[in-house]
Amino acid sequence: MMAELGLAALWLAAALAALQLLGGWLGARSDSVELAALVRPAAVLQALLCAVAFLSLIYVFAVTDLSVALVASNSHSMKPMIFKIAGAWGNHEGSMLLWVTVMALAGGLIAAVERRLPERTMMATLGAQAFVGLGFYAFLLMASNPFARLAEAVAEGNGLNPLLQDIGLAFHPPTLYVGYVGLSVAFSFAVGALLTRQVTPEFARVMRPWVLGAWIFLTLGITAGSYWAYYELGWGGWWFWDPVENASLMPWLAATALLHSASVLAARDALRAWTIMLGVVAFSMSMVGTFLVRSGILTSVHAFAVDPERGSFILALLTLYIGGALVVFAMRASTVAEGERFSPLSREGALVVNNVALSAILAIVLLGTLYPLLTEAFDVRVSVGPPYFNPVGAIFFLPMLLVMAVGPLLHWRKDQFARVRLPVIVIGVSGLAVLLGVWLLADIGLLPLLGLALAVTIGVASFLPIRGRSIRRLPLPVWGMCIAHFGMAVGLFGMAADSAFQRERLVAVAVGDEVTIGPWRAKLNAVEPVAGPNWTAMQADMEVSHGGGAWREARPQSRNFWQPPQETSEVALITRWNGQLYVAVGNEAEDGRWQLRLWWKPFVTFIWYGGLLIALGGVLALIGRVTGDLKRRFAARRIAERNAEQAA
Amino acid sequence: MNRLRLFLWAMVVAAAGLFGLFAYQLGQPKNDFVASAMVGKPMPTFNLPAATASRPPLTSADLSDGKPKLLNIFASWCVPCAAEAPQLDALERSGATIVAIAIRDRPENVDRFLEIYGNPFTRIGRDDISEVQLSLGSSGVPETFVIDGNGRITYQHIGDIRADQVPMILEELRKAGA
Repeated sequence: MMAELGLAALWLAAALAALQLLGGWLGARSDSVELAALVRPAAVLQALLCAVAFLSLIYVFAVTDLSVALVASNSHSMKPMIFKIAGAWGNHEGSMLLWVTVMALAGGLIAAVERRLPERTMMATLGAQAFVGLGFYAFLLMASNPFARLAEAVAEGNGLNPLLQDIGLAFHPPTLYVGYVGLSVAFSFAVGALLTRQVTPEFARVMRPWVLGAWIFLTLGITAGSYWAYYELGWGGWWFWDPVENASLMPWLAATALLHSASVLAARDALRAWTIMLGVVAFSMSMVGTFLVRSGILTSVHAFAVDPERGSFILALLTLYIGGALVVFAMRASTVAEGERFSPLSREGALVVNNVALSAILAIVLLGTLYPLLTEAFDVRVSVGPPYFNPVGAIFFLPMLLVMAVGPLLHWRKDQFARVRLPVIVIGVSGLAVLLGVWLLADIGLLPLLGLALAVTIGVASFLPIRGRSIRRLPLPVWGMCIAHFGMAVGLFGMAADSAFQRERLVAVAVGDEVTIGPWRAKLNAVEPVAGPNWTAMQADMEVSHGGGAWREARPQSRNFWQPPQETSEVALITRWNGQLYVAVGNEAEDGRWQLRLWWKPFVTFIWYGGLLIALGGVLALIGRVTGDLKRRFAARRIAERNAEQAA
Repeated sequence: MNRLRLFLWAMVVAAAGLFGLFAYQLGQPKNDFVASAMVGKPMPTFNLPAATASRPPLTSADLSDGKPKLLNIFASWCVPCAAEAPQLDALERSGATIVAIAIRDRPENVDRFLEIYGNPFTRIGRDDISEVQLSLGSSGVPETFVIDGNGRITYQHIGDIRADQVPMILEELRKAGA
């Protein structure tokens, strides 16, 4: 019953999206269209219907309704409740439903509250939103119905990929999806502004919270995904430049650039065409990423259910949306007037450098990810790895960070170097001092060395914009910027320290033996079988001590899931403030010794703390922007009321 | 403005090319086995320095000493190579002699890789500029060649060896005269 309710709600929502597209399209062309009055209500109602559909899906998963095909093939009555619920979106159909639901909720919110843009631009925006949405509705209803019933209910479900039975991962894909959908909203705004020739600072201000929100979710998603790969794959690495990882990084790079260029457009009415371009590119990267992950045309270390037919569908949508937007943009190019001018030494100048560098890194990652695909077309197989991504990316990444240190100190429009000489000297000297110190004391590679020096430099520089300002009156967005930039420094420090100073050992250990790694001693006391709700494991009972301090327990496991049968490694992580000991247990050798892999990773946790700080900065900026908008709206209403009173 | 327009049309063309590539690749059957142009050909002559202090270097003469071998092309920076390590161990335990070429790698990284993932190799050559790799007709890592006792390539496996492919590789090695 609930499944049929969900399906009906989904069909109705799709019908409303068609209405919204028609009304939006007509409403964008002229002011006196009656159908346009239906656009906003249609968007709101569509959001409600999608929410009903999504809740229905969660319900059938929660009660494990095995007559629903999707539940039977992805769930299992023995699964813990939290994974039953997460299972609702841990598969292709459910995740697509989540996508349209979040998109409909965003569209409904815009329709309900956004009144700052000219109404025709809003109609074009909501029409574009409906156009994008319709593609996904068609995909869901025609090619991947999540509510399809089986002719006969099965006795037991198939289970969920055990690698995905992890609390972090239950929320990782939806986090990225929310980010992707946020970028689709930015895309709709860009198309709306382009169609009605209203590329104005107001447009940037309206679009900015959506970009910011999407960017926060992408940051969190990438951070969580990296940590997941780190502790779940058992390889000790935190980034593999794998296509699936790159697929999430590319939209983030584009969104970061878009965020900064939208700031320039909002504050200074410059970079108009560029901001529109990035709006299109950011959403393209979300779609390309989804396509690469779901179609399986690139092989990845991350196991995913892939299906080339679904790939064709996503590709068709990709071509329609992105190709369409680019063609419209090219035809409208002459109507996007050039914006305000500015001198190279100015806040805008620094942000342009930031944008160029981010775009270059994006191009590098895109090229590296797609290169194997390109050469494969000529029957040549290659794999592109860190020897390409790390140094080539660093060429743009490191100078960009230097500009990031100085840029926020500059004035808008035009600035004199003399004014910022002192902070620049402070930044430069601290960076050089660290560079020299580390170079003299430790024998490490060039990139980690530069990374450490730059981390300290931008760590110092990130709070310089506060200098000479009242801390209490400092606007939240400025706090957000400082904290996000500081987060970059923290994360970079973690990356550089980990790659420069990590220690690793692979040993075969008998029960009772002790091994040392870096400052750590580790004892293997016993290896025992343990059982969980849907798995059994061999668990190594270990004690570890840092620098002769107190002994702490560590219990890495080698886990075997029953349904579906699969072996995974549950590593033990012993966290100190200055790093993590990473212990993974492998197989038993013929002589009864156990294979242990140990890593001492100094400051590795800073990578994810950095990610969290960047997201926190985004949250502060978002709160600041939204409350600022609300205050302005409130003030405007008061003025209007007062004027009305005076007139009366 | 004309430049912007030109740039945008260039983007349209680039996007069209990209989508075309995607579409073409979607239509291609995913075939893991590519018949190599080098199969049946003799090994090119080469002389590689040692990639690690723990194993002797590798020359083409080592590959025509009368005994069939596996030649594994790997790199410490390559994730599928790490995933392949248990299968290479299994092959070694089944009696295969495995020699290797490390591609664009540093000795300390090779040592670390071998320490973590095991070292089933009897010899490891170091190919810093992919010179020998390319002359073998290999363009990626990992790849594994079956070479008969006379230094002739009889089989080329592209990509990592999966657990279910170990018997097939052993069969290829047996066909080569082991």
